[in-house]
Amino acid sequence: MPPVIEVRELTHSYSVGTPFEHVAIEHVNFTAEAGEFLALIGHTGSGKSTLIQHLNGLLKPNSGTVLFHGEDIWKDKKFTRTIRSKVGLVFQYPEYQLFEETAFRDIAFGPKNMGLSEAEIRQRVLRAASFVGLTDRLLEKSPFDLSGGQKRRVAIAGVIAMEPEVLILDEPTAGLDAKGRQEILSNIRAYQKAQNATIIMVSHSMEEVAELADRLIVMKNGRVDAIGTPSEIFRQAEHLRAIGLGAPQVTEVFRLLREKGLELPADTYTLAYAVKALCRFREGGGHA
Amino acid sequence: MSNIITAENLSFAYPPQEGKLAIPVFENLNLEIAEGSFTVVIGPNGCGKSTLAKQFNAVLLPSGGKVYVLGNDTSNEQTLLEIRRTVGMVFQNPDNQIVSNVVEEDVAFAPENLGVPSAEIRKRVDDALKTVGMYEFRNHAPHLLSGGQKQRIAIAGVLAMQPRCIVLDEPTAMLDPRGREEVIRTIRTLNRARGMTVVLITHHMSEAIDADRVLVFGNGGILADGSPREVFTQVELLRAANIDVPQTTALLYELKRQGWDLPLDALSTEECAEAIANALLTQTERSQK
Repeated sequence: MPPVIEVRELTHSYSVGTPFEHVAIEHVNFTAEAGEFLALIGHTGSGKSTLIQHLNGLLKPNSGTVLFHGEDIWKDKKFTRTIRSKVGLVFQYPEYQLFEETAFRDIAFGPKNMGLSEAEIRQRVLRAASFVGLTDRLLEKSPFDLSGGQKRRVAIAGVIAMEPEVLILDEPTAGLDAKGRQEILSNIRAYQKAQNATIIMVSHSMEEVAELADRLIVMKNGRVDAIGTPSEIFRQAEHLRAIGLGAPQVTEVFRLLREKGLELPADTYTLAYAVKALCRFREGGGHA
Repeated sequence: MSNIITAENLSFAYPPQEGKLAIPVFENLNLEIAEGSFTVVIGPNGCGKSTLAKQFNAVLLPSGGKVYVLGNDTSNEQTLLEIRRTVGMVFQNPDNQIVSNVVEEDVAFAPENLGVPSAEIRKRVDDALKTVGMYEFRNHAPHLLSGGQKQRIAIAGVLAMQPRCIVLDEPTAMLDPRGREEVIRTIRTLNRARGMTVVLITHHMSEAIDADRVLVFGNGGILADGSPREVFTQVELLRAANIDVPQTTALLYELKRQGWDLPLDALSTEECAEAIANALLTQTERSQK
């Protein structure tokens, strides 16, 4: 069976034919499977936003293809249109795009555009709201009276309500405090698990992607620099720093401890694992 | 050192809107910012950090109490221009702060409004763009730049006013690690090399490590105030206020709970590794005895 998303030799330039023409992404290749959590990391301007806008047909490739279940998303107009709801895209700071009178109506906007029945729309809004932990009382409020974290959850629910097979989020936790971040991330996980959905998340927090992602796609200057599990990627902490990224702080601490001659695992990238590894090391009297 | 900003019994509430009560943000707050200092303000969403920042250059005025900038009352309209020149602000979203179609024109916007002679404007704009590392982009269109680059343009725009104090409200929230580091390095240079007073509001605890002072804001008041070491060792207090601690502190805290003998104030990764290595060494020595 073909993967849910397959990107082949994708290339895109902006402002073609003007003095500002520049290549945003080139020769990008990757696949995403059902139920998989992918994190997209890379420095500012590395092409992450350009790349994700291709996945639901907001941008058209200059060359290369984006396949959805093996079919080119640009094969015909009708198909491209359906992709917009099958591949849901949550932009950066999506709360700036809220516009309706109530949170409920804002969430209903996507399903309404899909031409669903009133009953089906209602059901989807309620289901989406429950994924992001919004109560009925909040749904009747104006989105502009909600807190920053609540607004963002309304915006994410608006995309989830289309029940996309692939949910793409561009820095969904930017600007939120610790509690807000944890809530949004567990909402995303809940949706992934319940629908066996593919998640593609852009993030600048190495600690965050280390905890969540099955695989990381590292972008550098518009190209894919590396693809692998967190363990494979964070092993190359030096390289990540060189391309402006870095590794979680615990990975860095473990690297320094290994430099001091302590035999600790090199692939440590989460806090829980770090604590376990250190305690085991101590009990073993200096052997991991 | 004298204080550049002083808040005395400062209270603020957003005015009541139709059918709703006024929402108090903070009450009877007393606070001083020393000239030349680097202060980081942290706190959960909705705690009033941004509202406080806007009091510092009279974007918002107190409902009760006073705010003074270099001794000038922010509610006195006579000195408003002087206050705005003294304290420059950078906001979270660079897209809301950029007005021109060309980078250097955008940076020139504030000094033009202040009536600075054009030769001086040229110099200030070039200086400001070099300081933030965006000089080579001076003829570009801002909307074609990345978020991080745009934010550095916004900072350059404030620098061109040559303020004595710069207040930044989550300027790195939208940036990648390198962009964050560049912006923080820029801010640090302004503080250390040029003696500019910096007030930085942030959710990134790693940015607070090098500050002179960390202010923890929450529940309408100041929950903690001290050096980064003094503040970040109060893990329970911070977590209760929905604030993350640096991952290094979290690691030391968890190990301590497992019975390790460790200090909590090893903030940098080097200090943290050192502390853990020492703890392991002490234990090996003990077990050999």
